[in-house]
Amino acid sequence: MSGTKKETGFTFTIDGVEITAYAGETIMEAADEAGVYIPRLCDHEGLRHQGSCRVCTVKAGGRSVAACTQPAAPGQAVENESPHLTKMRRDLVEMLFHEGNHLCPICEASGNCELQAMAYRLDMTETTRFPYLEPCRALDASHPDIALDTNRCISCGRCIRASEDVDGKGVFGYVGRGIHRRVAVNGENLADTDAQVTDHAISSEVCPVGCIIRKRVGFVTPIGEREFDKGLIGHEIEARRK
Amino acid sequence: MSEPRLIEISPVTRVEGHGKVTIHLDENNQVDEARLHIVEFRGFERFIRGRLMWEVPVIVQRLCGICPVSHHLAAAKAMDMIAGVDQLTPTAEKMRRLMHYGQVMQSHVLHFFHLAAPDLLFGFGAPAEKRNIFEVIKEKPELGKRAILMRKYGQEIIEATAGKKVHGTGAIPGGINRNLPVERRDHFLGSIDEMTEWAQDAVKLARDYTLEHEDLVAEFGSFPSNYMSLVRESDGALDLYHGTLRALSSTGEMLFDQVPYSRYHELIVEDVRSWSYMKFPFIGDIGPDDGWYRVGPLARMNTASFIDTPLADAALKELKAVTCGTPNNSTLANHWARMIEVLHCVEKMRELLHDPDLQGTDLIATGDRREEGIGVIEAPRGNLIHHYKVDEHDQVTYCNLIVSTTHNNEGMNRAVKDVAIKHLSGKEQITEGMLNHVEVAIRAYDPCLSCATHALGQMPLQVELFNAEGGLLDSRTQCV
Repeated sequence: MSGTKKETGFTFTIDGVEITAYAGETIMEAADEAGVYIPRLCDHEGLRHQGSCRVCTVKAGGRSVAACTQPAAPGQAVENESPHLTKMRRDLVEMLFHEGNHLCPICEASGNCELQAMAYRLDMTETTRFPYLEPCRALDASHPDIALDTNRCISCGRCIRASEDVDGKGVFGYVGRGIHRRVAVNGENLADTDAQVTDHAISSEVCPVGCIIRKRVGFVTPIGEREFDKGLIGHEIEARRK
Repeated sequence: MSEPRLIEISPVTRVEGHGKVTIHLDENNQVDEARLHIVEFRGFERFIRGRLMWEVPVIVQRLCGICPVSHHLAAAKAMDMIAGVDQLTPTAEKMRRLMHYGQVMQSHVLHFFHLAAPDLLFGFGAPAEKRNIFEVIKEKPELGKRAILMRKYGQEIIEATAGKKVHGTGAIPGGINRNLPVERRDHFLGSIDEMTEWAQDAVKLARDYTLEHEDLVAEFGSFPSNYMSLVRESDGALDLYHGTLRALSSTGEMLFDQVPYSRYHELIVEDVRSWSYMKFPFIGDIGPDDGWYRVGPLARMNTASFIDTPLADAALKELKAVTCGTPNNSTLANHWARMIEVLHCVEKMRELLHDPDLQGTDLIATGDRREEGIGVIEAPRGNLIHHYKVDEHDQVTYCNLIVSTTHNNEGMNRAVKDVAIKHLSGKEQITEGMLNHVEVAIRAYDPCLSCATHALGQMPLQVELFNAEGGLLDSRTQCV
């Protein structure tokens, strides 16, 4: 994330739209301010950028770069919503669905879930092409106020950064390598950690899916009043566009 | 004398779920054995274990796409008990009731007009291509239109109370997650008079059919049995959402009454048989031979002392008059009973829509947590029992479901045998029309075989004919 804005900015373009940026800003930060939405899953306001999900991939200077980590450059022509990039993003999101056990019809995050919302935004409506991996993952309900259903985890690492950088706890971390890499807790189970329901890492905005669950909330918010019932993911950013 | 035969009807059509019928004919073409087999298995009771308690009403409703509200509400009632809530707020209870009445209405309308009407209008032995809803619409366009619009009304009530027409999320442990906005209420009130009129006409249609075919109704799958349902605790009135358990014998003798449904397991024993995935429940004190019972619309008409809405109560009196107040044992009378319940639901919805509690904002009650919860409701097809245990981590450790079609298992098998004996015995040639008679008997119970086996899969029914040695002689598979 950028520091304080410099007095003089510069301009570059995203899909032909002129954007003003300031030194140190990433492409995504400048785009957000200008009301141009670049899809993302691992990036989250208030957390350091990670650039791991690659859903925010844009073309800049002929290269594919992560918009959340790539600094904006004067005069640069950035490609964001081309058919090629949209297809690539849809493929990435589709693979995330295939890697986990995402059962939207029975998930309490349905309607608030960024993965589901991203699938809608990217028009992931066709029959899936990849074989489901159907991993066998346990639900950790040991904590009195929090449950962890890693069947739904997309390894975005937002909880890890929130716990380390905001809560100063380090409740979550990655274990394993490659396709086996996954988010784990710093203890035997969640009850064995310092996690509290008031932690920023536990808040519903940080976990983009239904993995981190605040107990006994469930379906209290009715269908029709959930976050993405109001509009496509990114609609709030796009509303800033003048 | 001919060779013994085995007839197989596979799949049974115009029912929800997957089943087949086998009929054994001996060398004299007499029916030796006839059975309804449920050939699907789902395992909801097992895979719900480990899930979080507030997810349960949303997960288990996926048992069914026709009556998910019943499972949603029965599970929610069980979770109320676990959440320590014995009394919902008025808004929550009335919203749930409204949801349930919408559900019973749409399900009954679906069954009567879309699934059963082709048999009743065109005859049990009518050509197969004639026996479908499209032919009903073609020949009786006004009836077809009403069938669609009445179902739509019920579905929209569900959508307004649960968030979606199918598989909503309205009922949550301890209450409901929404109230009914005034504009939605007014929308429903706008056509409630029309719904009442159409429901009255539907009762008349079913009644007239029953009375005009008195001899057929009296002999077709008609046999004595016990009956069980919830009734209102205070006065024994019909209550589809809540009450205590009552059971009657075929002659009207009270077998038990005013029993809290949390004690269901003291009364009911579930038997298993090797040839079906569906269990065979019976009243434990009486035993499996005589303790089996029927549930559903006709059972409720038999057990209820009265109905607390005037039009439906008048219709009930007329139905009861046919058997002079004793239980009605005719399988086909289920259709008449079903339409009386549609009328009751419409009357109840009118009552509720005028109640300002539906716009209340006190939606959720709380209480002291329990480890076990039992929720029972009268689903469209009959009594529905959900029983769960939840550990200190909020995870389900035990689940037992007894659904309406399971309660009716023995009754449906008896109906199949009864009709097979009367309509197939002694016949050299077995036609498709004859076999449809067997399906008509099953259909009268509006079975949901998916619910009953808690099963995944397609939805057909099949009939098989075996010889005396058990060899398959003939089978028929039908698709809807």
